[in-house]
Amino acid sequence: MNLYGVRAIYKFEMNRMWRTLMQSVASPVISTSLYFVVFGSAIGSRMGDIEGISYGAFIIPGLVMLSLLMQSISNASFGIYMPKFSGTIYEVLSAPVSYFEVVLGYVGAATTKSVILGLIILATARLFVDYTVLHPLWMFLFLILTAVTFSLFGFIIGIWADGFEKLQVVPLMIVTPLVFLGGTFYSIDMLPEVWQTITLFNPVVYLISGFRWAFYGVSDVHIMVSVGMILVFLSLCMGAIWWIFKTGYRLRS
Amino acid sequence: MQPDILVKNLYKVYEDGHQALKNINLEIHKGEIFALLGPNGAGKTTLISIICGIVNLTEGKVEAAGHDIIRDYRKARASIGLVPQELHTDSFENVWAAVSFTRGLFGKAPNPAHIEKVLKDLSLWDKRNNRIMSLSGGMKRRLMIAKALSHEPDILFLDEPTAGVDVELRRDMWEMVRQLRENGVTIILTTHYIEEAEEMADRIGVIRQGEIILVENKETLMSKLGKKELRLHLQQPLESLPGELTLEPVELSEDGYELIYTFDSQQEQAGVARLLRTLGDLGIEYRDLRTRESSLEEIFVGLVHE
Repeated sequence: MNLYGVRAIYKFEMNRMWRTLMQSVASPVISTSLYFVVFGSAIGSRMGDIEGISYGAFIIPGLVMLSLLMQSISNASFGIYMPKFSGTIYEVLSAPVSYFEVVLGYVGAATTKSVILGLIILATARLFVDYTVLHPLWMFLFLILTAVTFSLFGFIIGIWADGFEKLQVVPLMIVTPLVFLGGTFYSIDMLPEVWQTITLFNPVVYLISGFRWAFYGVSDVHIMVSVGMILVFLSLCMGAIWWIFKTGYRLRS
Repeated sequence: MQPDILVKNLYKVYEDGHQALKNINLEIHKGEIFALLGPNGAGKTTLISIICGIVNLTEGKVEAAGHDIIRDYRKARASIGLVPQELHTDSFENVWAAVSFTRGLFGKAPNPAHIEKVLKDLSLWDKRNNRIMSLSGGMKRRLMIAKALSHEPDILFLDEPTAGVDVELRRDMWEMVRQLRENGVTIILTTHYIEEAEEMADRIGVIRQGEIILVENKETLMSKLGKKELRLHLQQPLESLPGELTLEPVELSEDGYELIYTFDSQQEQAGVARLLRTLGDLGIEYRDLRTRESSLEEIFVGLVHE
C-alpha cells in the first residue's frame, strides 16, 4: 500500500482547510449558530417541549447533521473537482496509487474536516442551548459514519460535475430540502399520517432520528433501522465509486 | 537488453470513434534521449498519456522499466516522471509543498535534501515559500520539471518542455536534460522545436496520424534523408541555365547571380567536381561558394507531408 501517497493527498486537502479557515470553519459555524440563537434562544423559549425535550435542544442534532452533510459533500466534491478543473488530476492518475488509496486520501480528509466542524458546532451550541448526550459513543459513530458516507457521496458528485453549478446543485437543491423536511425542526410524529409515510422515503430522516436518539434516547425510527439505512447508503456510494474507477468515468478517457 | 519503454501493437480509439494511435511499436533504451516529433494531433500526447497511465489503452501492451503498465502499474508508474505540456498547478500552494506533494504521491518517503537539490538545480530555491500563482511562466515550467524529478524517476517524459519559454531558459533546460541523461535517466521528449530535437536527441521517432512512420538515430536520419546544397555566387549573372547544366539538379536564382546545386548527402560527391569542371569549360566564373546541410526541420516537414 502506498501510504505516503495517501498521506500526501490527505495532507494536501487538510492544508486547504487551514488556508481557508474563514470559509471552511468560521462560515458554517456562524451560520449554524444563527439557528441556535433564533430557534434555540429566541423563539425556542416560547415553544413547547417535544417528547419531553426543550425545542432548542431538540433541533441541535438536526442542525449538526445539516452542517455535517453539507460540509462532507462540499469538502469531498470540491477536493476531487478542483484537480479536474485545474488539470492537476494528471498527477494523481499517473501516480502509483490505487483507487482505494485515492479515495482514502480525499474522503479521509473530507471526513476529518466535517467531523471537526461538527464537533465545533456542537461545542458552540452549548453556548446558547443546554443539552445532554445520552450515548456519546453512538453519537460519535453516527457522526463518523454519516461524514464518511456523505463524503463518498460528495466524491461522486465531484467526479460527475463538469462545472461549478453542478457542484452546488445537489447540496442546495436536494440535500438542504431533505434535511429541512427530514425532522430537523420537528418530530415526524407531529405530521399527518400520510405525510409521515411519505417522509419515511427521505433518507435523511433516518440520520437525524438516529443522531437524536444518541443525544436524548428518543427517535422517530428504531436506532438499528437508522444504522442500517446509513450502511445501505454507504454501500451504494462505495459501489458507485468502484464503478467510476473501473470504467474511468470522467477521469480516464 | 531490456528496453526502458516497450510499446507493442498499441492501439487507441477514443469513445467518439477517433482512432488516435494505430499499431504503435516502439522501444526506448535506458539512458537515451528519444525525441518524438509529429504535427499537432498526430498522437504524441496520447502515446505519452497511455504510458504514464492517464489514458486507457484500447489494445496492445506497454511496459515501463520492465513492468507492465496495467498488471504492475505501481512499479511502472513509480519509475516515470512526467512534465505535461500544459502548466497545470495548484495556484494557492507554495513551491516547496507542491514538490513535496508529488514525491509523497509517488510513494517516496520525505527527503528534504533531495527536494532542496532539485529546487536549487532549477533555480527555484529562492522561491520555495512563494505561492505558485506568483511565479512567472518560465518558473512554473521549471516547477513542473521539479515536481517530475521529485521522486527520482528513471524515465522522464517531457511533453513540449520548452513551449513558450525564453531562449536562455531553453538552453538551461537542455543542459539540465543532458545532465539527467548522464545520470542514467531515460528521456522522452516531444517537441515542436526541431532545433531542440536536433540539439539533444540520440534517436528520433516521427509520428503522423497516429502511426510511427520512422524511428532512427539522429545522425543516420540526417545522413539518410538530409540534402546538401552547394551555392555558387557568380561573377556575371546568367540569363538562363546553360544546356550543359540542365541534366544536373541545378537551379538558377532569379537575379541570375546564383547557381544552386542540390545533392544527396550520402551520395558520392563526384557531382560537385563534375559541376565545377563544366563551369570551367563554359568559362563561367564564380567568386564565392557555400555548402549547407538540410536541417532536421526540413527533413521532418518532408516526412510528414509525404
